[in-house]
Amino acid sequence: MISLAHYLIVGAVLFCLSVAGIFINRKNVIVLLMCIELMLLAVNLNFIAFSHFLGNLTGQVFVFFILTVAAAESAIGLAILVVLFRNRSSINVEDLDEMRG
Amino acid sequence: MFQQIIFYWFALAAIFAGAMVITVRNPVHAALFLVLAFFSSAGLWLMLEAEFLAIALVLVYVGAVMVLFLFVVMMLDINIAVLREGFARYLPIAAVVALMMFGAIGYVVGPRYFGLDAAPSPAPAAASYSNTEAIGKVLYTDYVLPFEAAAVILLVAIVAAIALTHRGTRQSKAPRPERQVQVRRADRVRLIKMDAERGG
Amino acid sequence: MENLCLLIVLLPLAGAIAAGLFGRQLGRSGAHWVTILGVGAAFCLSFYVFSQIVLGDAPALNVNLYTWLETGGVPFRIGFLVDQLTATMMVVVTFVSWMVHIYTIGYMHDDPGYQRFFSYISLFTFSMLMLVMANNFLQLFFGWEAVGLVSYLLIGFWFKRESAIYANLKAFLVNRVGDFGFLLGIATVLMTFGSLDYGDVFRMAADKAGSTITILPGHEWKLMTVMSLLLFVGAMGKSAQWPLHVWLPDSMEGPTPISALIHAATMVTAGIFMVARMSPLFELTTTALSVVMIIGTITAFFMGLLGLVQHDIKRVVAYSTLSQLGYMTVALGASAYSAAIFHLFTHAFFKALLFLAAGSVIIGLHHEQDMRHMGGLRKYMPITWITSLIGSLALIGFPGTAGFFSKDAILEAVHASHTPGAQLAYYACLLGVFVTALYSFRLVFLVFHGEERMDHHAREHLHESPAVVTVPLIALAIPSIFAGMFGIGSMVFGDYFGSSIYVAKEHNVLGELAEEFHGAGHFVVEGFMGAPLWFAFAGVAVAWFLYLKRPDLPPKIAAALALPYRILVDKYGFDRFNDWFFAGGSRLMGGFLWRVGDVTLIDGLAVNGSARAVAWWAGIMRRMQSGYLYHYAFAMILGLLGLLAVFVHRMG
Repeated sequence: MISLAHYLIVGAVLFCLSVAGIFINRKNVIVLLMCIELMLLAVNLNFIAFSHFLGNLTGQVFVFFILTVAAAESAIGLAILVVLFRNRSSINVEDLDEMRG
Repeated sequence: MFQQIIFYWFALAAIFAGAMVITVRNPVHAALFLVLAFFSSAGLWLMLEAEFLAIALVLVYVGAVMVLFLFVVMMLDINIAVLREGFARYLPIAAVVALMMFGAIGYVVGPRYFGLDAAPSPAPAAASYSNTEAIGKVLYTDYVLPFEAAAVILLVAIVAAIALTHRGTRQSKAPRPERQVQVRRADRVRLIKMDAERGG
Repeated sequence: MENLCLLIVLLPLAGAIAAGLFGRQLGRSGAHWVTILGVGAAFCLSFYVFSQIVLGDAPALNVNLYTWLETGGVPFRIGFLVDQLTATMMVVVTFVSWMVHIYTIGYMHDDPGYQRFFSYISLFTFSMLMLVMANNFLQLFFGWEAVGLVSYLLIGFWFKRESAIYANLKAFLVNRVGDFGFLLGIATVLMTFGSLDYGDVFRMAADKAGSTITILPGHEWKLMTVMSLLLFVGAMGKSAQWPLHVWLPDSMEGPTPISALIHAATMVTAGIFMVARMSPLFELTTTALSVVMIIGTITAFFMGLLGLVQHDIKRVVAYSTLSQLGYMTVALGASAYSAAIFHLFTHAFFKALLFLAAGSVIIGLHHEQDMRHMGGLRKYMPITWITSLIGSLALIGFPGTAGFFSKDAILEAVHASHTPGAQLAYYACLLGVFVTALYSFRLVFLVFHGEERMDHHAREHLHESPAVVTVPLIALAIPSIFAGMFGIGSMVFGDYFGSSIYVAKEHNVLGELAEEFHGAGHFVVEGFMGAPLWFAFAGVAVAWFLYLKRPDLPPKIAAALALPYRILVDKYGFDRFNDWFFAGGSRLMGGFLWRVGDVTLIDGLAVNGSARAVAWWAGIMRRMQSGYLYHYAFAMILGLLGLLAVFVHRMG
């Protein structure tokens, strides 16, 4: 049988992959955004697995909200990206150091 | 047994897709692998009897959000070579951090605490059970206010995305009749008196 | 009675407010009318109260009118205690003040600050009344500080003169020293008795007579001695006793009416009044009485000497005031409180008279104050001459005049006293009588007799002062002669003060003397045979010889006795010492604190230092703020890892 641990491990692997992705794709904003999507997916998997094994729908409702917010976030993130590219002709994160102290 | 095959199939597909997302050179490919990861996850969610969310993930996420990603990736003319710089350089530290994190998380969520003994698999739902109906009931009763808030967030996201990318009408070359009719002669024509040039 | 007292206090205040805040609308005559009427009414009412309480047999009034606040169970009240002592003071204060008001019309005739001046002196009257009518220590302190404030304002009345500003600052600061002790004394009272009300305190005082207090570890002091001495420090400041006397001569920078009102007749007597009022406390401690007497002796004798070398007419009178205040203090030390108050009472008249006469001379000579430029004024200013002669006779204690009775009473009381130091005090005071006579008649002879040393221009304009000046002179001259005669029997030797002054049996020198007292006439006759009179006559004779007969001698004496003369001119170096030690020391300490405390510690370390620390820290932190997204993400992930580690650690 497949235990809760199986699902959680899959989620952990996906999460750690996305963390590694953030490290190695440190210059490409688009891939960074994708990594964040992946990370949220891993988290969602955990929520749903718990929801199933604990027989409680709240986890699924939470996933629903996460999906909503993630959609909004990627929409705005991509919009920012487009504007950024329009202004700088680049999406290289290293060019974005306006906030340097 | 059949369940396990399906689980491992989807799980490995999701992990493989995730690994590819972060390693492929081309962002278009990365986006497509992300789609694969979503699909595989949706399969896992189906196994967890979360049918509504699985379908929503495929329809909304893959159908809308990922298409948006692809659209943006393709629209922008990105110099991939520059963006790939430092890939190899950061791989070790990324691996170390990821492994440490996985170690920590795995230690916590592993079979020791969440094995079948600790969390037995619940009985499968009856055939008449509707996940969509159940979520709908919860969503429209207990969570109606957060639900409305989520709707507002989406609306704000739409407005924000448009506001950010909108170029405004100033750059348009369309004529403005209301200003054209107000033009006066003095605005356009200037009479200058000057001495006639003497032929030399 | 209660409302009457309130009216007495508030009328001068109303006048002060009217003249001070609405002086421009009232105009010059409006201002003087409103204040003179206010103070005059206060005098009439005071006299009525006086007649009720002292002449009639009305019981002493002790009421609380208003509770200002209550803290820690101690109510801070405003109230009046009007007994024989207070009633006497009220009459003296309001009468002298009233005279000064009238006199001011003439003296300040063409001063631009006319309304302001009237406002101040009315305010002063109010403050002084609050002081004497108080029935608790807090109100006493209020009046105490208020008169100090008004004195400050009035000494610096001509605030464009640098010397006036210096003098008023000096007066204020020296008085602060005294007030600090006074405040400590009041705090001791509150600590000991848990009440500030006179009645409560005096009732409980005897129970505490044996208590001790430990201020420095290992030294136990008698509580009453500490308390009394602290209170007396306040009196030393206000009544200009050595060594806090330095402000009084300088206060002559103020207009002359003020010198008369504040620095001769009323305010400086506040200390004397206060000690008399606190007699139930002082009587419990012979040590404090002895200190009081010695301080008084030093002041009486040494300050009198200084009067001999002064050339400024007002300063001579000022030093004589100091010396007379010393006499009063000596009397307090001898437990002859009523003699002290009696001398205060008579002194108020003749000293005010002397000051106003000096002022009259100053007006006549167009604000010339140096006696070396006077002389022979007898012909030009007969009323001033006569009145100041009366004043001087009263001051030296010519038999029959007011000063004779009060001063003789003091001398005899001191002579009879058993308080340690009394014999020394007696002989010092006797010598003081000689000195007093010498400088008083030096003044009279230099100003009114002898050759005319003023310049030609001033001589042409010499004439007697107007009526507003001479009338108060005459009005003050009358009590200067007669006040003693009527007062001596009841006030000093009789039961005049009733229960308002308490004298312990073993200190009761006046009681012993009273047995030998057989009426004022007899007292005068005895005076002719006593030593003090001969000392006084000797003084007058020496003055006559030196300043009329042989005016060439004084400079020669001064030259022969160069060192003592210089010490006297230097006023024993107190001013120089204070300037060097206290002012210079304060400046040095201030400079040190400024450089080390302010510039280095506060500005350097605290203000700029913290800014620099923040800047330094920020300089380090800004390197972390690379502005690169992935650095922040990295930091976040590290944080996440750290949290996970903690979580796992706690799970395990």
